[in-house]
Amino acid sequence: MLVHSNKARAVIWTGFLLLFVPLFALPFAVILAASFATTWSGALPSGPTLTHYQDIAKGDSLNALVTSLLTALAASLLALAAGTWAALAAQRLGGRGKKVIDTLFMLPVAVPSVAVGLSLLVAFSQPPLLLNGTRQIVIIAHTVLVTAFAHQSVSAALDRLDPAYEQSAAALGARPAYVLWRVKLPLLLPSLTAATGLCFALSMGELSATMMIYPPDWLPLPVQIFATTDRGALFSGAALAVALMAATLLVLFGVSRIRTRASYR
Amino acid sequence: MASLTQRVRLGAPARTRVRALPRGLWALPPVAALALVFLYPLFLLVRQSFTPDEGGPMTAAYSEVLAEASFQDALVNTVLIAAGATLGCLVLGFALALVVAFVPFPGARALGRFIDIFLAFPSFLITLALLFVYGTTGVANGLWTSATGAGSGPFDFLHTPWGVLLAEITYFTPFVMRPLLAAFSQVETGQLEAAASLGARPRRIVRTVILPEALPSLAAGGALVLVMCLNEFGIVLFTGAKDVVTLPVLVYTKAILDGDYTGACVVAVVNIALSVALYAGYRALVARTGRREGGARRARAQQ
Repeated sequence: MLVHSNKARAVIWTGFLLLFVPLFALPFAVILAASFATTWSGALPSGPTLTHYQDIAKGDSLNALVTSLLTALAASLLALAAGTWAALAAQRLGGRGKKVIDTLFMLPVAVPSVAVGLSLLVAFSQPPLLLNGTRQIVIIAHTVLVTAFAHQSVSAALDRLDPAYEQSAAALGARPAYVLWRVKLPLLLPSLTAATGLCFALSMGELSATMMIYPPDWLPLPVQIFATTDRGALFSGAALAVALMAATLLVLFGVSRIRTRASYR
Repeated sequence: MASLTQRVRLGAPARTRVRALPRGLWALPPVAALALVFLYPLFLLVRQSFTPDEGGPMTAAYSEVLAEASFQDALVNTVLIAAGATLGCLVLGFALALVVAFVPFPGARALGRFIDIFLAFPSFLITLALLFVYGTTGVANGLWTSATGAGSGPFDFLHTPWGVLLAEITYFTPFVMRPLLAAFSQVETGQLEAAASLGARPRRIVRTVILPEALPSLAAGGALVLVMCLNEFGIVLFTGAKDVVTLPVLVYTKAILDGDYTGACVVAVVNIALSVALYAGYRALVARTGRREGGARRARAQQ
């Protein structure tokens, strides 16, 4: 609608593709291609192999994948609970109280993840709470980092929610708990599942805070990818990265299925 | 009439029940949890930065760390890379979003979804991918050596600040594009057509019609990217360059590799102050944009 001549449009599209494909599509393509290769010294990788994937299935990498999945599951559920609760409480408070809670829960986004990891390390290496070197500290760190996104997404959905539904339920005599459980939460379900998916994906890929605090027996996949590529095994690292992306996409896809079913209500 | 009185009668006790419970009480559990795992550790981090290991004045650690060349280099590196990456993301994101929104092509919608997926992946994957594209044994150098027969290719910038810059621009551009695409969808096509029929060239339409409309989103997206670039750790770590040290990497090096917690806390406090200040600016920008867009939507709905 902005450019009407066909020739100019073709020029613009060509320029767009020349920028977009190498910058955004190529990265995923090369990681995928490298994960099946043994060497790469020309335009295309060579030495097709499946050994990198077979190594994942039997080595420490499988542990790392399971660790990441469990951490992300725990962190996203905790973040969803805390974020939703805070958003509901903030909406009920309204005015200045809402502003304070919203700011507090958005603060972890502004603080560098590395600093969040360091602060947990400083706080929980001394009594009364000794968590340094445990799995819980990793889950706590991930929860702190992703709760902001859960809170933001639920609170945006709450703002959009038509108050007529809960008002009519309350007017018909429903108790607040019943209104929350049978009216508000079902209406919020699409954004709740979307928030869970986002939190899960972010936690799966979290590296900065994790590098500060992970104990040797709870090593998430991003740390494993870094360790692998750092010792020069780039192609195994690529296979691990593909596993990470596939697991993330699978969960996101599953979550979006829940969303479409809920939106038919 | 009967139903109205019934409703009033039923509604009344529910309202007193709500008032019976102090409303602030409900906000207490999540805030207490946040305080325990985030605010209290943050407070301890700041306190640790003011308690030097060897005693002396409270700010001893600060004067020591701030005087170190490694810290000054890291600060300059962080700010320069973040500013450069933000500028790159703004220019690239604006150009790409402009094409997607106003010179649409088949598949432009699918591309929007692709951008959302892009945001769900961790940043360090970009550096890993760039290693295969521009690394010593990657595509670009491989093509060069096979074309010219030279021993090694000309691309050797991945371990320099330029490599970090390229990776950050690639990863963060979608964060600029998303709010821009939302803003562009609010632009009336009638305005563009009116401008075009009055003889304005596309360049002029972009400058006088589209840009003013997109400016708040552009500023908000830029501020967000600036904060995220200041805090980026994965990309720099995976680059593995010894001479590209940013503030987050310095925090990691000091705390984990050197075991100097107090020094790490000092660097972290500087980094936090920098990014929280910028983030506050970003929130203020977003709040202003939100009010403006909300007002515009309401005005349109009333028409």
